[in-house]
Amino acid sequence: MSEAPALNAPILRATQVTKRFGGFTAVDALDFTLGQRERVGLIGPNGSGKSTFVNALTGVFGIDQGSVEFNGTDITRLPAWRRARLGLARSFQIPRPFKGQSVRENIEVPLMFAVGHTNPDQVEAEAEAILAQIGLGARRKANPKSLTQVELRKLELGRALAAKPRVLIADESMAGLSDTEVDEVLEVLLKLNAGGISIVLIEHIMRAVVRFSQRIVVLVAGKKIADGDPHEVMSQPEVERAYLGQ
Amino acid sequence: MSATEPIVTTGVPIPRRTVGRYLIPLGTSAVIALFAFALVDWIAIEYAYLATYTILQYVVLATAWNIFGGYAGYVNFGVAGFFALGVYASVVNYKTLQLPLPAVIVIAGVIAGIVGLGMGYLTLRLRGVFFSIATLAFSVVLNTIFINWHFVGGARGVSVLRPDAPTFFGTYPRYLFAVMLSLAIAAVLIARAVEYSWLGRGLAAIRDDEVAAECSGVPALRLKLLATTISGALMGMAGAPFPYYITYVDPASAFSLTIAVNTVAMPVIGGMTTWIGPVIGAVLLGTLQQVTTVTISSVLSLMLVGVLLVVFVALAPRGIVGVVKTLRERWA
Repeated sequence: MSEAPALNAPILRATQVTKRFGGFTAVDALDFTLGQRERVGLIGPNGSGKSTFVNALTGVFGIDQGSVEFNGTDITRLPAWRRARLGLARSFQIPRPFKGQSVRENIEVPLMFAVGHTNPDQVEAEAEAILAQIGLGARRKANPKSLTQVELRKLELGRALAAKPRVLIADESMAGLSDTEVDEVLEVLLKLNAGGISIVLIEHIMRAVVRFSQRIVVLVAGKKIADGDPHEVMSQPEVERAYLGQ
Repeated sequence: MSATEPIVTTGVPIPRRTVGRYLIPLGTSAVIALFAFALVDWIAIEYAYLATYTILQYVVLATAWNIFGGYAGYVNFGVAGFFALGVYASVVNYKTLQLPLPAVIVIAGVIAGIVGLGMGYLTLRLRGVFFSIATLAFSVVLNTIFINWHFVGGARGVSVLRPDAPTFFGTYPRYLFAVMLSLAIAAVLIARAVEYSWLGRGLAAIRDDEVAAECSGVPALRLKLLATTISGALMGMAGAPFPYYITYVDPASAFSLTIAVNTVAMPVIGGMTTWIGPVIGAVLLGTLQQVTTVTISSVLSLMLVGVLLVVFVALAPRGIVGVVKTLRERWA
């Protein structure tokens, strides 16, 4: 297993994170770091513990062992909403929009609660700006139920972006999208990274992962089996064997 | 925009808004209150005051219930418990201090609000049907306590004599009507303010997806506790004048199934996601019940609610407000 150093001081560090469900260990003593402005791809076969790890990082689940640090602060015991307010945002593998609210109102929720804006006009104006930047301006009044897959994915990203994160964890943001749509979402992610946000991309579409990531981490059965340069990692025999089934 | 051009979300100019949206509801409420008072005065029979009191009591209860059940999507079956807290706070006052009714209403609100906060703290880590069952258990526990509390009449109940009404109101039923009308308007204004505030937005996000809401920075538990406190307080306040309305309080009347069923049914039938839904549900169903009680039978009035509840849950789960919205969208 090759270990590549983070590009700079880590903004997110998980140490020996372990999560069990009864007798099943979903994430097993996992160490993970994410540098400032870094783009990391987190890959692994289905059931390898990627989403569980994301849930552990973002506070959706408590963890059984280990610790999580965000920008030097121990956030292991903080609830999800506090982590979001610190600047740790995520999108969901299966989009989870607020279906009773319009597209713009979806974006407004993190602006009000994660960022803490209290002026409704400011909230509205910033939501409009974000919608324009992710290409959903024309759908501002639509109900999320009427959105296409790619629009739902963009809404997930837009909502995460509205929290003004320092770290974004994009959990399978491209699942089910066409090649063109994958490129659209990649474009958005690259823009966010250029704006200073560190990003963890969890994805099965290898073309997108390799193009996007500066570093790739591979999980199998809850354990890290590789961590390093995308091309080097992808050529490792154990990664090919475990992940690509060769 | 190129791939290297950063997305920046700050520095957006802030337009101004008027305060009209706050003043208009207040003005409208005042007009409605005066109109309602004048109308019932015009009918000029005691039954009109008492019948309208009952309808307004349901406006308060349904609106209060909806602040948590509708906005946050947590179905609270403990309505009767909160209502009874108000009822018995009033009975205790009747047997001890004999403070004026408005003061008792405030005290009942404080007690029920604190109990609401406590109940929320104990039960809000539960979700869905488990939360609902816990609230039902809460009501049963309170019922058992009051059945065994002899000071407030225990299982056999206690009679309450109406004091003289304040001079301006003439008769006590007229006074009760005025008190409940004020409470109803206050409850609706509070519910409307909550709906359009950050609290309402947070509760709506929780209703849609609690995990996603938390990951968007919404402190779900705190908001839910705030909502149960407000909701519980208003339900308790609705119960405080009840002993003077019914003049004989026992656990069967304070923990009445009719009150519990109506309070949940009215927002469901009217529409749960907005403040106007419970008002529509309470006025329509409350009036219908009063009419059927007088013209046919009181048993039929509750059956009517049951039938309507089943029909709306099956065919129009968004209630009357949802049906109207759908029709407007189709015609737009």
